[in-house]
Amino acid sequence: MKRLLLGDEALALGALNAGLGGVYAYPGTPSTEITEYIQGNSLSKERGIHTAWCTNEKTAMEAALGMSYAGRRALVCMKHVGMNVAADAFVNSAITGVNGGLVVVAADDPSMHSSQNEQDSRFYGKFAMLPVMEPSSQQETYDMISEAFELSEELHLPVLFRMVTRLAHSRASVEISNPLSMKQYDAASEKGWVLLPAIARRQYNALIEKQSALQKASLETYHNRIETIEKDPRQPEIAVVASGIAYNYVLEAVAKYKGNLRILKISQYPLPEEKIKRLTKGVQRIIVAEDGQPFIEEQLCKSYKNVEGRLTGLLPRTGELTPDTVASALGIETKSYFQPSGILEARPPQLCPGCGHRDVYAALNKVMEDYPKGRIFGDIGCYTLGALPPFKALASCVDMGASIGMAKGASDAGLFPAVAVIGDSTFTHSGMTCLLDAVNAKSPITVVLSDNLTTAMTGGQDSAGTSRFEAICIALGVEPEHVKVVVPTPGNIPSITETLREEIQYKGVSVIIPRRECMQTLKRHQKQTQSQKPTDNQISSDNQTSK
Amino acid sequence: MKKDIILSGVGGQGILSIATVIGEAATRSNINLKQAEVHGMSQRGGDVQSNLRLSDDDIHSDLIPYGEADMIISMEPMEALRYLPYLSKDGCIITSSKPFVNIPVYPSEESLQAEFRKLPNVQMADIEQMAKDLGAPKSANMILLGMAASKIELLSLDKLRSSLSRVFARKGEKIVEDNLKCFEAGLNLKSK
Ligand SMILES: Cc1ncc(C[n+]2csc(CCOP(=O)(O)OP(=O)(O)O)c2C)c(N)n1
Repeated sequence: MKRLLLGDEALALGALNAGLGGVYAYPGTPSTEITEYIQGNSLSKERGIHTAWCTNEKTAMEAALGMSYAGRRALVCMKHVGMNVAADAFVNSAITGVNGGLVVVAADDPSMHSSQNEQDSRFYGKFAMLPVMEPSSQQETYDMISEAFELSEELHLPVLFRMVTRLAHSRASVEISNPLSMKQYDAASEKGWVLLPAIARRQYNALIEKQSALQKASLETYHNRIETIEKDPRQPEIAVVASGIAYNYVLEAVAKYKGNLRILKISQYPLPEEKIKRLTKGVQRIIVAEDGQPFIEEQLCKSYKNVEGRLTGLLPRTGELTPDTVASALGIETKSYFQPSGILEARPPQLCPGCGHRDVYAALNKVMEDYPKGRIFGDIGCYTLGALPPFKALASCVDMGASIGMAKGASDAGLFPAVAVIGDSTFTHSGMTCLLDAVNAKSPITVVLSDNLTTAMTGGQDSAGTSRFEAICIALGVEPEHVKVVVPTPGNIPSITETLREEIQYKGVSVIIPRRECMQTLKRHQKQTQSQKPTDNQISSDNQTSK
Repeated sequence: MKKDIILSGVGGQGILSIATVIGEAATRSNINLKQAEVHGMSQRGGDVQSNLRLSDDDIHSDLIPYGEADMIISMEPMEALRYLPYLSKDGCIITSSKPFVNIPVYPSEESLQAEFRKLPNVQMADIEQMAKDLGAPKSANMILLGMAASKIELLSLDKLRSSLSRVFARKGEKIVEDNLKCFEAGLNLKSK
């Protein structure tokens, strides 16, 4: 049976059909649709598969490791920067090893379509000494995810599965196999899971010994293969290493190419050394095309001369590859095309009409007029758009939770007033620990916890702390009289301004919680009460603002 | 044969529904398809596009190379122009004529028209007004699909009609009818 699926959906369905026991994830573009697809699938309901959102990527990684320990196949999904949050658990899971298959999906975002950096998750795989898979197409995604579970169980190691935006968010027809039954092994009982130094040293050595098995797997897999294209026997052959979706761009270019190519398609790491030797034998040039950072190129540079790619300027150093940049690296001229229009204006994203974050910034900006030296430290979510006109309110936006930590640090340095703006989901993701630091230090900071009852930026997923924020803040030690809830509406701006002024004057931590439902989820809830909800994994509609 | 199409507009205008109908029709016609979408931040009122590639042969890249798109279908005139470098020299633009102004500076009507006059194949219509007149204000995007339909060639009009009905079926009969009505209106516009 064939189905038209996004790369993310192919991954989700492949994992389900591989006998998945649970998916553990925190939303983040471009990974969100994986978990949403599993949540909407009838098989996961039938089988009682775990699908609820986790508080952050670290809690997701740990819960999945627990499921693996207990003998089930577990999937962890996150966007690339989520790997930074999950890193402690991820790197150490390579030392413990796994029981039930454990696959960690990191969805990278080259070109930063919806992210603050373009870090390449393959480095994490190498760092942790784990196998990494990187499919090139929707079909390969579907096929490889079940292979990833098998490899994980064969090697007793987690497998890192790397996606990129263009694959995650692109549709193609995928041939679907029948679902396997759910895997259930006995729970683990070895000592290797207790990482005391003596045991950890032994485990670490075992991990190093396993590297040859990883190498063998990379050599043997069909997904790493050499293909030759000969068009003109008089011309020399060029070697091309094409990883993940870069392979597609190379094939796209081949149709227009006049010379000879020896292509090594890479979809699994560690790099298959023997195949690289075979590929490069007798060639003058080695071109590396990879979507992301120069991960392969850096490794090849050490052993081979004449390696060209992003580091040498043959391909752009930053941003995602395109069929055009790859074709041009192969010396193919682009078709003649229209010059860009000179009258275009940028159209940046913006807060929705009627969004409560708007009223929060209107009030904040009014108050901050009186404090030219004060700063508002921002965080990650829809409310980050408050950095753009018309509000231009934010001094920073770094990583999830950083607003409160930075406000505290700035206040330690004497900055006043130090204000943090953080969303509800970001607060539970990693703002709570910062708040505890601030409470313990009695820092004179004002935290605006803008609560729209959902994780809006990524399309409206459940938010972990909904309806408990006052209790959480008080439990963390914020004085109850300095935890204040307001309703952000245009009419309430004067009273919110008043509240902000009072709390800024308080010489300790105060938390103001503007609370009103997100306009997008409000519309959706209204629609739901009018009509029935779509069934099993309906094809996306435009209101499904996911990222 | 291949057809490379760029769909463009402003987040929330409904370009993905056009892609969904074409995708459904392609799948049922055994035509290969790749369709890269934008999900995420820019869907909040920013510029959005989708690269839709149809072929009876293998499709490799999810993205359309410069100068190779056969068509730009746009829900908004300035957004149609944003993707000009992708348009083939003999490709066509099918676009709504009505600007969506949610930014402080927007090009003047004259400068927009001047840009379009420079291009060989442009088809414009005030699809929003047409949809309103047809009593189906939410289905303007299907007028565009109707305008493009006969140029897609790889997919028959009947396949597109039945796919449209299938895609909107879960929203009820009235919505299906509205969308079909708009599709036909777009189709007729074209043949005028
Ligand atoms: C470590 C990490 N994980 C996930 C994301 C993706 N992400 C960006 S904003 C956001 C949700 C923010 O939700 P909330 O704080 O409630 O603000 P809202 O968008 O609802 O205003 C997520 C999940 C990220 N940028 N970084």
